[in-house]
Amino acid sequence: MIPSSFEYVAPTSVEDALAALAEAGDEGKVLAGGQSLLPVLRMRLNAPEKVIDLGRVEGLRGIREDGDTIVIGAMTTHDEVANSELVKEHAALLAKATAEVADPQIRHRGTLGGAIVHADPAGDLGAPVLALDAEMVIAGPGGERTVAAKDFFTDLFETAVGDGELLTAIRIPKHTGWGAHYEKFVRVAHQWSIVGVAATVKADGGTISEAKIGLTNMGSTPLRAASVEAALAGKSASDVADACSSAADGTNPPSDLNGDADYRRHLATVLTSRAVAAAAAG
Amino acid sequence: MTTRSIGHSVQRREDPRLVTGNGRYLDDLGRDALAAAFVRSPHAHATITGIDITDAWEVDGVEAIYTFEDLDELMARPLPVLIPHPALTHPRTCLALADTEVNHVGEPVVMVVARDRYVAEDAAARIVVSYETKPVVVGVAAAREAALAVHDDVPDNVAAHLIQEVGDVDAALACSPHRLTIPLTIERSACMPMEGKGVYAVWDRDDASMRMWSSTQTSTGVRAAVAARLGIPLARIQCMAPDVGGGFGVKINHPWPEELLVPWAARALGRPVKWAEDRREHFVSSAHERQQLQEVEVGFDDDGRILALDVKVWHDNGAYTPYGIIVPIITATQLLGPYKPGTYRCEFWSLYTNTVIVTPYRGAGRPQGVFAMERTMDAIAAFLGKDRTEVRSTNFILPQDMPYDHGLMFQDGRPLKYDSGDFPASLAKLKALVGWDDFAAYREQAEAEGRKVGLGIGCYVEGTGVGPYEGGHVHVETSGQVFVATGLTSQGQGHETAFAQIVADELGVRFEDVHVTTGDTRRMPYAVGTFASRAAVMSGNAVAAAAKVVREKALRIAADALEANPDDLEIEDGVISVKGAPDTQISLSTVAVLSNPLRYAFDDAAKAATQFAGTFDPDKPPVAEGDEPGLEGKGFYSPTQATFANGMHAAIVETDPVTAEIRILRYCVVHDCGVMINPLIVEGQVHGGVAQGVGGALYERMAYDESGQLLNASFMDFLVPYASEVPFIETDHLETPSPLNPLGIKGAGEAGTIPVSAVLASAIEDAEGFPILSMPISPSELWELRRQRASAAAHSATTEGDR
Ligand SMILES: Cc1cc2nc3c(=O)[nH]c(=O)nc-3n(C[C@H](O)[C@H](O)[C@H](O)COP(=O)(O)OP(=O)(O)OC[C@H]3O[C@@H](n4cnc5c(N)ncnc54)[C@H](O)[C@@H]3O)c2cc1C
Repeated sequence: MIPSSFEYVAPTSVEDALAALAEAGDEGKVLAGGQSLLPVLRMRLNAPEKVIDLGRVEGLRGIREDGDTIVIGAMTTHDEVANSELVKEHAALLAKATAEVADPQIRHRGTLGGAIVHADPAGDLGAPVLALDAEMVIAGPGGERTVAAKDFFTDLFETAVGDGELLTAIRIPKHTGWGAHYEKFVRVAHQWSIVGVAATVKADGGTISEAKIGLTNMGSTPLRAASVEAALAGKSASDVADACSSAADGTNPPSDLNGDADYRRHLATVLTSRAVAAAAAG
Repeated sequence: MTTRSIGHSVQRREDPRLVTGNGRYLDDLGRDALAAAFVRSPHAHATITGIDITDAWEVDGVEAIYTFEDLDELMARPLPVLIPHPALTHPRTCLALADTEVNHVGEPVVMVVARDRYVAEDAAARIVVSYETKPVVVGVAAAREAALAVHDDVPDNVAAHLIQEVGDVDAALACSPHRLTIPLTIERSACMPMEGKGVYAVWDRDDASMRMWSSTQTSTGVRAAVAARLGIPLARIQCMAPDVGGGFGVKINHPWPEELLVPWAARALGRPVKWAEDRREHFVSSAHERQQLQEVEVGFDDDGRILALDVKVWHDNGAYTPYGIIVPIITATQLLGPYKPGTYRCEFWSLYTNTVIVTPYRGAGRPQGVFAMERTMDAIAAFLGKDRTEVRSTNFILPQDMPYDHGLMFQDGRPLKYDSGDFPASLAKLKALVGWDDFAAYREQAEAEGRKVGLGIGCYVEGTGVGPYEGGHVHVETSGQVFVATGLTSQGQGHETAFAQIVADELGVRFEDVHVTTGDTRRMPYAVGTFASRAAVMSGNAVAAAAKVVREKALRIAADALEANPDDLEIEDGVISVKGAPDTQISLSTVAVLSNPLRYAFDDAAKAATQFAGTFDPDKPPVAEGDEPGLEGKGFYSPTQATFANGMHAAIVETDPVTAEIRILRYCVVHDCGVMINPLIVEGQVHGGVAQGVGGALYERMAYDESGQLLNASFMDFLVPYASEVPFIETDHLETPSPLNPLGIKGAGEAGTIPVSAVLASAIEDAEGFPILSMPISPSELWELRRQRASAAAHSATTEGDR
């Protein structure tokens, strides 16, 4: 469990990082918090010749407001996201989901960008980012482009970030005043999600006017529970179970040691109604 | 006045070192040693058709590459069958490096030695081994079916078959008023110490001698095995166990292939060599335990008294049997727990599979046995509509039955004879602790809130402190400091503390002045090892015996010096004085000086022992005939049989009616390990044991696929409980001293683990209202069981309706 040898570079600007990446071609790999990449390297599932550490790149870390949007740098750690007043106020769902990732040590190292690009279907951050209709800012040799979350996650561990590109920021439209809850189902506390449900709702006087729901680990990518969202509109916040019963429709969850697909479908409906009820409550 | 140290919750003196990162584990040693890495079989069953190492030599820093071909005659032999048994008719062990066949994923095939581990792994990655794969046998059911064989010359996969019977079971079954048959399953798990195995060896070419360190539970065993395979006299090899980051059984098996290969390579290369196992290696090339299929047939009367108990066990022993059949023997014997069935028969088959070998894991076959017995008790209670504790009480061995001989042979080849215990008293304590009789009201209240709760119980008896022996050596230096050595090793149990407490009391010195070394063959070459909850019983009594020898000698020398009668002397805080005349005294350090007549004075204290000091009687030889210089002594403890600790656990669980999550609300333990040397340490052992038991009951399993690949060979996929999953543990103790040893101790190391699967199965069953016959259990599985029951119920409702 030792990586094969590689060259290590630590550029200080996005341009230099892109140049290093271009030069390395197929043999380059970007390092963010290393919480997913290092295990991969140690198990020799991947053996890049060059590792490009983004840790010293200016401007990739931090959270700021930009009009109706919250902009989170790709290298912002989970701990910073979870504890950010801006995120808590305007994208509470992401703050809550991030607080459920792994354990404090990992949250101090792992980054939002790394988690999003890694795109593990059991990872907790794809679903809230998708539910919040975020946009991903991608820098490449040809400049910058923006991809909507719904187009970003393409498959198991696959995203719209192409070879030679970097994710630089995540832009989240403000959901100020929306209730939010992330319901994560695990067997041991630090585990990846067996199923997770990210729900954020706008409720006026006990009636839900709008709901957005993302599902974790119910398919090869994070999913939106669109039919539940539609069914919830106009529903009383105290009576959501029926509307949530279709949460597993159109999903394709895996079967593994933590549960088979049927159990996951069952969980998805249960957790969705729990998540929505909690989100509506605050 | 010295207060006795035994019985006090003295803080563990090893903890400051261990919790501040100052432990000295195997991988902390030998910084400049060459590193070994292994190419291991990626197949569960295959013939090796070729090994190409040419590419690996290209890597800069490679020092040696070894395959089976390179091994000399002694090293090329199969590894020893450590514990032969007449019923083990087809023992098989692996080779240090595989020759023509591999029988599980992870079996070592090639050894690479290089400048460092990075280079060694780079080179190992370039070695190409060609295989022709063979069909595999995975799981005990497939092994039993024997459509395929693991070893060609063992076509039925049966390594051992053993029947033990007491009384006429068939006759008793035939005339039992009630009979039940219960099929049970237990999954594979593993010890999973935080520190994997590791070996470091230094060969001194000029001296033709070896010093080696192993992360082992038996340094004397490793030393003997390496001496035998390397052809080195024992006098030329020493083995030390440094701080060991957990063993839980896996490190008692020896010699591991690496334990032979590393010193062998160190000698061949004339350079220190080290290997530290990584986690993936630990998963696929150490040992597992626990998998069994069981079938219980029980006959009983209206009171629930067991008239006949007939148990069949199919035990998965993995690919090889280096540790013999200790695990299934323990299952078969310790299954009986605190009960005395009218007649008993246990028949087991120990079966080969193409998976990692099975050797004892904390509890060592007992969790499976207790599972069988306790599930049976619950089944009888359910059948008769009786309280579960009442059925147990009916079957208890009573205090007046002690010593109680079951008429069976235990794992040490000696009679299974309980020495002590008061099971009714333990049960009474447990019922009080958990509030057994108030549970019905609690359940009613929970049900009213829409919650599902259940109460479970499990009882066990554990044979601890098996022989053959352990030794202790106590040496009082002229500083007055006392150095104690015992040969068995420590893996974090607190031996440095507990043994110091014993010696402090026996010798009459301050606890702070006693220093303990374990597992170092230089200090105590006679030892067996740390397993079977035996350290406190065996080494505890051995160091006590050694301390007594030293005390007598000290009193004799002091009596001479003080011109007093030894019987009139006492030792307190390291000072010997005449009882009633405390001013007539001499310190133990002075006695130590006097015990060793000197020619040369190397310090002020030594002056007193030199030949012109006038201290010694000129008419006597400086060292009396039959005496030895030095204030030191040895003692050994070798009991005729094991001593039997026991305990009872109860748990309250809550199962989520919707998601089937299983939560432990309360966990209560009543434990009897006789006299407690250090209650804090005992408590810690119980806590750790319960934590491991919870792992076995709710989380851990080895998920092999049909091709023999271990799917969850990492901590990402193999779940273990963390502090967040381990319940708060409530304990109460009963101390029925063992009459078998002077200190009255029984073992405590494994106790916490043993009944947990049985207890939680009992509690989940109580919450759910249907039998739980297989452990571990996950929420997903519990949900599936509910679904099956619901659809079966719906089905029978429709067929009813059709009628
Ligand atoms: C024990 C453990 C438990 C965990 N539990 C959870 C959990 O419960 N929930 C959860 O969601 N996650 C969990 N994680 C994962 C954790 O959140 C990681 O931090 C995250 O998946 C990856 O983030 P990172 O910054 O460490 O990325 P890295 O590991 O450095 O990189 C991950 C991948 O993304 C690429 N990459 C990283 N940043 C960029 C970028 N800006 N542009 C392009 N490519 C990039 C890398 O090349 C690599 O392929 C756990 C991890 C561990 C070790």
